[in-house]
Amino acid sequence: MRSSLIRVLALVFALGACAPQAAQKPQPQPQPAPPAATDEFVPISQLPAQDQLPAAPLLVTAYAFVWVALFGYLLSVGRRLTKVQREVDRLESDIARGPRT
Amino acid sequence: MPKWFLPLAGVNAVMFAAAPFLIARADYESTMGLVQKIFYFHMPSASMFLLSAVVCGIASARFLFGGSPRQDRLAHSAAELAVLFGAITLVTGPLWARKAWGVWWAWDVRLTSSLMGWMVAWAYLLVRKYGGPGSDKLAAGLALFGMANVPFVYISVNYWRTIHPKTSVVPTLPADMGTALWFSFACFLLLFTLLLRVRVHLEEQRAKVDTLYLSLDE
Amino acid sequence: MPARRNAGGEGVRTAWLILRKDLTVEVRSLEIAYTTLFFAISCVLFFAFALVKEGKAPEDGAAGILWIAIAFAGTLALGRAFERERQSETLRALLMAPAARPAIYVGKLLGIVALLIAAEVVLVPLVAFLFQAPLLSHPFWLAAVLVSGTIGFAAVGTLFSAMLVRARSRDVLLPVLLYPITVPVIIAGVRATAELLQPDGELALVRFWVALLLALDVVFVTLALWTFEPLMTD
Repeated sequence: MRSSLIRVLALVFALGACAPQAAQKPQPQPQPAPPAATDEFVPISQLPAQDQLPAAPLLVTAYAFVWVALFGYLLSVGRRLTKVQREVDRLESDIARGPRT
Repeated sequence: MPKWFLPLAGVNAVMFAAAPFLIARADYESTMGLVQKIFYFHMPSASMFLLSAVVCGIASARFLFGGSPRQDRLAHSAAELAVLFGAITLVTGPLWARKAWGVWWAWDVRLTSSLMGWMVAWAYLLVRKYGGPGSDKLAAGLALFGMANVPFVYISVNYWRTIHPKTSVVPTLPADMGTALWFSFACFLLLFTLLLRVRVHLEEQRAKVDTLYLSLDE
Repeated sequence: MPARRNAGGEGVRTAWLILRKDLTVEVRSLEIAYTTLFFAISCVLFFAFALVKEGKAPEDGAAGILWIAIAFAGTLALGRAFERERQSETLRALLMAPAARPAIYVGKLLGIVALLIAAEVVLVPLVAFLFQAPLLSHPFWLAAVLVSGTIGFAAVGTLFSAMLVRARSRDVLLPVLLYPITVPVIIAGVRATAELLQPDGELALVRFWVALLLALDVVFVTLALWTFEPLMTD
């Protein structure tokens, strides 16, 4: 019962994990508003290094981290829960067997 | 686990699957472009981080002054979630900042006080784990001070010269950005509730183990 | 049921008694005072050695190093001050006495603040000398910054230190608990001190930081007074 709800929550993230890929595809290049009068064309390779930084890896890493963190947390809680559950079951059966002499 | 848990978890799953489509449809921000879309998960995580700190603080106060073990379990769980959502915030933020500000990190008020609050959450967990007997009260005391930090984190950005966007950005979002943001916020809020419930359940089972051991000894 | 008319007066008297007791015991051996002071001085020297480049110490290092030395020495002093109580089991006796618990806190706090201020009296000239920093150009404002910052740091430190008396790993847990919470105090202290060191420093900015420090003091002391009783009872 408890492990199944952990699985359901895991499903939440698995579904979401596929979605950023979908969000990525219809992606036009952002068109910055042109300055008032462009008097020369500047190819992107001549911009300072910071402006050339591609945004996509940063975006994907950010979303990927969110999923990994949430998934990892669920796994951690699930693992601890099964461990405790096993101990509860063991203790309950010990008690049910009756007091030791 | 209560009856509402599984249905709501299902709803949350669907919402999280839908969120990226809303995010993709939102307009690009004019100066930051694509990387600004990190915002739609960064801001809700930060909100959940602060919410966890507040829940932890209130539960700690009720535990200190009322002695209820239920409040103690709630505080412990909330602190763990504060570490989780704080970590997400502190990773997604710098990834966005690298492109938007040109640096991974800046020591402005918002970032510094958030990092500090995150460390308080870690300290809470460390005290609970290694503090020995009485550590529940110690941690509760710490959590109260940590909660005092939360309003400061929120308003700091309005009163100091900082590089972090001010709180006026969110209420003035255009319609499609606003929709994407608040939908993601709802996803995270529901997730927070579900995770908190699961984590409290773990604490309840641990408490059950203790009482079972005690009754075994009798 | 004793009349609570004079509860305030009782509290002040209790705080004063505890402060006097601590000072009396301390003056007899000066153990904590000497060791704390020596540690603070070594801290400052360590930083000076570490940061010296081409025979010159960094000019803007003075403010930060001063406050770090205060924080480290303060942590040590806090740990030691309650260590004495723990060893002679006097904390339990104190708590069983019919004194108001918050008054115990105030008494202890004043003792720690007195100790730290005494250390700062030595540290400030030392830092000024080592870093050629004009720390004594605005003595009143520097004193205001140091006193309000020390109270803020000690307010949280005294509470946590008292709480940790019976805990495990208390030596390492005190900094773990104390440093994140006192970050605002340290930041405000350093920024204010650094502004005072600038030849064209704005006093208005210093006033702002001192106001923030005082606000933090009020918040921390209030929180500590409120939670001292439930935290010290089993």
